[in-house]
Amino acid sequence: MSVNGDPVEILCETQQTLLDCLRDELYLTGTKEGCSTGDCGACSVTLNGRLVCSCLVLGVEANGCDIQTIEGIGSEESLHPLQKTFLEEAALQCGVCTPGFIVAAKALLDEKTDPSEEEIRYWLAGNLCRCTGYDKIIKAVIKAAKIMREENEQRTNRRAR
Amino acid sequence: MSSVRTEELDRLNQETIEEGNRFKVIGTRPIRPDGIDKVTGKANFGADIVLNGMLYGAIHRSPHAHALIKKIDISKALKLEGVKSIITHSDLASLKPTDKNSNVNFFDLARNVLAKDKVLYDGHAIVAVAAISQSIANKAAELIEVEYKVLKPVMDIKTAEKKSSPIIDKNIFTEGLSEPNKKPSNTAKKVEFLLGDPEKTLNEADIVLDRKYSTQTVHQGYIEPHACAASYTKDNQATIWCSSQGAFMVRAYTAKLCGLETSKIKVIPAEIGGGFGGKTTIYLEPLAVKLSQKTGRPVKLVMNRTEVMRATGPTSGGTAHVKLGTDKKGNFIAGLIELKYEAGAFAGSPVGLGCMTAFAPYNLKHVKCTGWDILVNRPKAAAYRAPGAPVAAFAVESAIDEVASILQMDPIELRLKNCATEGTTAPYGVTFDKIGHKECLEAGFKSSHYHKKLKPYQGRGIASGFWFNIGGNSSAEIMINEDGNVTVATGNPDIGGSRASMAMMAAETLGIGMENVKPIVADTESIPYSDLTGGSRVTFATGKAVVEAAMDLIAEMCRRAAKFWKVDPKQVEWTNGNAICIERKDIEPMSMKQIAKIAFKTGGAISGKANINVKKGAGPGFGVHICDVEVDPETGRVTVLRYTAIQDVGKAIHPSYVEGQLQGGAAQGIGWALNEEYVYNKEGNLMNTGFLDYRIPVASDLPMIETILVEVPNSGHPFGVRGVGETPIVPPLAAVANAVSNAIGKRMTNLPLNPIKILSEIG
Repeated sequence: MSVNGDPVEILCETQQTLLDCLRDELYLTGTKEGCSTGDCGACSVTLNGRLVCSCLVLGVEANGCDIQTIEGIGSEESLHPLQKTFLEEAALQCGVCTPGFIVAAKALLDEKTDPSEEEIRYWLAGNLCRCTGYDKIIKAVIKAAKIMREENEQRTNRRAR
Repeated sequence: MSSVRTEELDRLNQETIEEGNRFKVIGTRPIRPDGIDKVTGKANFGADIVLNGMLYGAIHRSPHAHALIKKIDISKALKLEGVKSIITHSDLASLKPTDKNSNVNFFDLARNVLAKDKVLYDGHAIVAVAAISQSIANKAAELIEVEYKVLKPVMDIKTAEKKSSPIIDKNIFTEGLSEPNKKPSNTAKKVEFLLGDPEKTLNEADIVLDRKYSTQTVHQGYIEPHACAASYTKDNQATIWCSSQGAFMVRAYTAKLCGLETSKIKVIPAEIGGGFGGKTTIYLEPLAVKLSQKTGRPVKLVMNRTEVMRATGPTSGGTAHVKLGTDKKGNFIAGLIELKYEAGAFAGSPVGLGCMTAFAPYNLKHVKCTGWDILVNRPKAAAYRAPGAPVAAFAVESAIDEVASILQMDPIELRLKNCATEGTTAPYGVTFDKIGHKECLEAGFKSSHYHKKLKPYQGRGIASGFWFNIGGNSSAEIMINEDGNVTVATGNPDIGGSRASMAMMAAETLGIGMENVKPIVADTESIPYSDLTGGSRVTFATGKAVVEAAMDLIAEMCRRAAKFWKVDPKQVEWTNGNAICIERKDIEPMSMKQIAKIAFKTGGAISGKANINVKKGAGPGFGVHICDVEVDPETGRVTVLRYTAIQDVGKAIHPSYVEGQLQGGAAQGIGWALNEEYVYNKEGNLMNTGFLDYRIPVASDLPMIETILVEVPNSGHPFGVRGVGETPIVPPLAAVANAVSNAIGKRMTNLPLNPIKILSEIG
């Protein structure tokens, strides 16, 4: 399979989930386990572009697939707008749900550039946060969407020129 | 030296209070220092640790709520290939019921981490195994065979109090009775706080509101399950990597349960994925240490969500009986409350704290608070954000709301008439210094939220809340690196942004930029003892230690500059991040970077430190919440339309993270009020062990949570800080219940307010 654009090959037990494979076989521990039943979203990744709970996907099912994890979003040198706005808006306290929220929010913004507050709240209803009351997370996503729209506009303008 | 330091602190303190917000760093909103690691997935939490040669652990747990263990057969599990070791309670240190201190009973703690003779709740740990893979460890745990004599479970307070019910712990005789119990009881303790003559005074009241309330067991619901890894080496030293609210707590408790000297254990704190009080105790660490000791290999133990729900820290469900007497004008005359809290299977519910906080926001001369700590076959209650206070406040604040409607008075006005202020003596004996309850009520009354018109089936609720806040032992060390930047080390896990507040207080005191400060959470061998992260004490007490360490550092830097300039140290002062020579204008001031360069020439590396025990001065926290709801009369579903949390925070070091505390506490309280509860079947098995059925609020359940930060500086802290973390979970239960009651015109007294309860009221 491909993880964050890199070709990887692993051996796993049949009952191991994609989450187990990422964490225990590839040491990509940015993806977290909060429940292992698909209720908390801490293990959010994209599989062939689709947002999934990696605890509900078996490792063997990911054979040949393209997986994107938090480790593939931005870097210390160039953070993704969502990562920047999560920091600026103080959208994290303990930080354990944060990777899942960023992966899930990115999947939303990749699909929809200008979601309403309600759309964001429903899209992220599968990601649990117990620290923040969601307020600052929602604000961070709204702000990131705006930044991404502006960046897109600039790119389009540049191309037009 | 120390007197100089105190004087300087006093001066700083005075300036702070007089000058208002004239800080350079404090009160701003910089990016938190550990932020990038947390948004890129690099931060290491408890379960992220991987060690060479590591084994994986699993735990066999009881399927019964109450049973005697007749026999444990580990033979089949031992035969499974890849299994390296199996331990039971007898592998732990042998402890007696008298092995306890004021915080913890180690005899109980040991019986909680691995059952001894008897299982006391569904999910109680009995056997721990270590194997070469997680799947083998899980399989081995399933192969453990335990023979039980099943006993009748005691699942609620009413059953526990019945004389005919089984006794959960034969070592328990009710403490605090005027005539001691001769027989064991499920009631572990009675507590009482009395002020004046409330019973007599109640008879003189014009209005007496007499009402009973109840709440259910709820869980802290941190997203990160408990996790640890331990490595025991041949020289009898153990190292533990784990997420917890206190590395020194883990060290002390694990040492006791493993029969090791405290200093033989080193605890390296991982990032903590939420705790809310639930990680102020241990479950896995002694098991991992013992398994590592037996196998000679590191062992990692991680709980899954089901284990977290079945066997870790819920907080007590409880009942409250309130009698509140007022005169015709709404002056509170007498208040009585009787609280009964579930302790879980071991004594120690927070009922005493419930009693102490119940009427604390009000000026009452006649108060009686009685509390009962009652054992039931549920997990041992652990601390949960302002332990004990929310249930008591739910009752008292609901009663006040009802009194307001009887008097046809505005509920904020009624509270303002009676609120505690500077000089009020609380029922638990403390006379308040400057506090901000009145200011919060006034801010609430002035808010636009409070005056917005409501429609049919909509209701507004308001409630106040109080939490003591504490100080305690804190250590801090500040080191100047060769480049002139500083490292600030403390011993308190960063549970919600404390690295940021420590760095900001250090930067402010030193007169340097936040970017020149790196805050770290040190392990138990790199910083002196610190009490755990709890009691809303870190920004206050550890912050105070950081400020004192910075003052210590400043004094040393001035001495070094004096030595370099060959002047009397008395001539050197610290101003805006520079050492200056007062009387010699020809000498150029020296920055920290320059002082770092002369360090080795003037006596070696430079650091400042403070190890303090803050016994006084933790300013009490008061909050007022306003909640608007709409009730769907067809389904009984409650929607929170608008929510405002107002709190006296003393001084907000980083306002965003202070707001975050208010918002998070409000959300937890809303969940407690509307959805959350432990559901057991008749046999005492927990039926909702996951986030699907134990439903904590999700993003689509909540509106934006507005905050109003009231700043009444706490004179006990150099920058005026009050603890802020716990107060915000105290008001929401009543704020929501009052809103729902006002929306449907029926008084709701039993939480959670789920659709079934609401429909049965509105028929």
